[in-house]
Amino acid sequence: MFITALKEAIFIGIPALLLFGPVTGLILNGYEIIVDWQRPILLTLVVMVGRFLVSLGSSTEKGKHILESFSRKRSANVSVSTTQTTLPPLAIAGILCVAALLPFFLGNYWLNVLILALIYVLLGLGLNIVVGLAGLLDLGFVAFYAVGAYGFALGHEYLGLGFWTAIPFGAGLAACFGAVLGFPVLRMHGDYLAIVTLGFGEIIRLVLNNWMSFTGGPNGVSAPLPTFFGMEFTSRAKQGGVPYHEVLGPIIGIDYSRSARYIFVYLILLIVVSLMVIFVVRLKNMPIGRAWEALREDEIACRSLGINHVTVKLSAFSMGAMVGGIGGVFFAASQGFVNPTSFTFFESALILAIVVLGGLGSTIGVITAAVLLTILPELLRDFSDYRVLIFGLAMVMMMVWRPRGLLKIRRPAFKLGRSA
Amino acid sequence: MDPYIIGQQLVNGLILGAIYGLIAIGYTMVYGIIGMINFAHGEIYMISAYLTAIFLATLSMVGIDSVFFALTLTLALAILFTGLYGWAVERIAYRPLRGSTRLAPLISAIGMSLVLQNYIRLSQGARNQGVPAVMEGGFRIPPSGSEQFIQITNIQLVIVVVAVLSMAALTYIMQRTSLGRSCRATQQDIVMAQLLGVNTDRIISIVFVIGASMGAVAGVLVSLNYGSFDFHVGFVTGIKAFTAAVLGGIGSLPGAMLGGVVLGLSESFFSGFVNTDYKDVFAFSILVLVLIFRPSGLLGTPEVEKV
Repeated sequence: MFITALKEAIFIGIPALLLFGPVTGLILNGYEIIVDWQRPILLTLVVMVGRFLVSLGSSTEKGKHILESFSRKRSANVSVSTTQTTLPPLAIAGILCVAALLPFFLGNYWLNVLILALIYVLLGLGLNIVVGLAGLLDLGFVAFYAVGAYGFALGHEYLGLGFWTAIPFGAGLAACFGAVLGFPVLRMHGDYLAIVTLGFGEIIRLVLNNWMSFTGGPNGVSAPLPTFFGMEFTSRAKQGGVPYHEVLGPIIGIDYSRSARYIFVYLILLIVVSLMVIFVVRLKNMPIGRAWEALREDEIACRSLGINHVTVKLSAFSMGAMVGGIGGVFFAASQGFVNPTSFTFFESALILAIVVLGGLGSTIGVITAAVLLTILPELLRDFSDYRVLIFGLAMVMMMVWRPRGLLKIRRPAFKLGRSA
Repeated sequence: MDPYIIGQQLVNGLILGAIYGLIAIGYTMVYGIIGMINFAHGEIYMISAYLTAIFLATLSMVGIDSVFFALTLTLALAILFTGLYGWAVERIAYRPLRGSTRLAPLISAIGMSLVLQNYIRLSQGARNQGVPAVMEGGFRIPPSGSEQFIQITNIQLVIVVVAVLSMAALTYIMQRTSLGRSCRATQQDIVMAQLLGVNTDRIISIVFVIGASMGAVAGVLVSLNYGSFDFHVGFVTGIKAFTAAVLGGIGSLPGAMLGGVVLGLSESFFSGFVNTDYKDVFAFSILVLVLIFRPSGLLGTPEVEKV
């Protein structure tokens, strides 16, 4: 047993050394090479020790049990039930209260992180409709995010839109883009669809980057700060309103604070995210949501049962795009500035990672994953270089071990009794 | 229009097309055999560009001065090591997912592509890397004295020769050897091939290795031609090569080569006569349009969906 484990470790060690050797051991420095013997050997040893422990562990009783639980992975953690799992109302109220009070105790830096986390929750919810519920792999979701953000920034520049009008405008614009993209790709199956959406996302980014006269190209456009009934959250009014501390100061006695604008954006965002969560959860239980999930499971069966796959897919695309567009408006509002570098393919992959790690289709999972994936890298600043590497590894490992997500999903369905 | 400019764009386009064709082979073979888009293939190409620079620098440090010898050795080593990466990617990210849902391998491939990009960034640094100009010179048509000419560098000749040779070798392997027969059998019907004693897991591994080796040839040639690259190059080149594969009809080897040449030529003419800034937009638009209107490509057969 010990010998076999050792053999397997050596067997995996040789290709590992060959793989790591030239890339991590010979470092390019201009046209010269710096030799580093330690890195490849260290990495190979890590792989070999890992393999050794796995082999040793899998030969014991407990190890076999764990391995078996992995091999029953495909459908085992989808249980069928007629009831929906929701958190108890008290817990939801508690979480909301804590989330609403949080910004008053945090500095601007963490406020920004929280705002970003909420934006990713929105994006995750949007992509979850398309990928998780309807099963259409969209690799260009960032396009709708960009449409929302640029819709606000350019809408302000050319049409004079304010923050509040920009929310429905950005959402509607993104939904239109979603429908326009959705229409031609309806006939495609999974991976072709993924590539077309990827191409579409890149086209949008490249056009934003190259159309200098309209979008400002790589220099980007500035977006106005949000206002509230004519109150502005700056020390002096810039958009023809009144600074908030001049209105509220005499009434409730607060002074100007630099974090006020972040707190304001955060609170509005929190309300919007809560509404979106309700919206998405309701959608899931409506006939259209059921149709999305049915279409994901088997398109041909759905069509033969009379579900109009065109409208169902189009609605998934445009709903998802709409939520993504709202996320984009908030991104522009919180940054005060947008440029094309915020909308690369990496963003799409990150949002996809959120949906995948949250467990394709689970709302609670997506929210948790979005918050974790934005806050954890901030906490682990020292490892920030390894962030994306770890995301990638996590995506691969999720697909290998838990293709249905980390959390246990209950799908609404009726279970037939034995007598039936 | 000026015939010399057209001729020059023709030359540039053919070179570009040869490169796209070589990378497209990796996509088309993998798609043909297991029906998945190997999203990490662009990164494999990127790794081979790094390996080229690493091996060239190492060989010159060891004291190998003959350009021909150094280039041949670099090509051989790059093919070997990149093939190993192709094998490892299949082993780690795709093989455990056989028989899983259709989305799973694609998501895993995106994960793998992020991993490979950052693996290179962390081990080689984020800055641009380069390959010294080992082979200079070229010739012009007409030879001399004329104001207008078509410039062809020696490297471009090498690219055409090596690309044609590797495609010929690949065609020979696929058509005439027993390995190629097993590959084609597995592509046609994987279960039947298995029943007839073909070790399909091994064949799939070999297909990944062959695809990666073709990507390696492309990586070596591109880095010799352009001299500079960074860890991002795999993404855009990968998508364009995939476009070439789809354009030619995914699953078909001659299709990949044809698609590469068509895409290379049209991109080169577009950037020469219309607009350089939008040449990527142009390539991506071709991808979207082909997938919408003729998903089976130029040489492919339409896919019939069965229950």
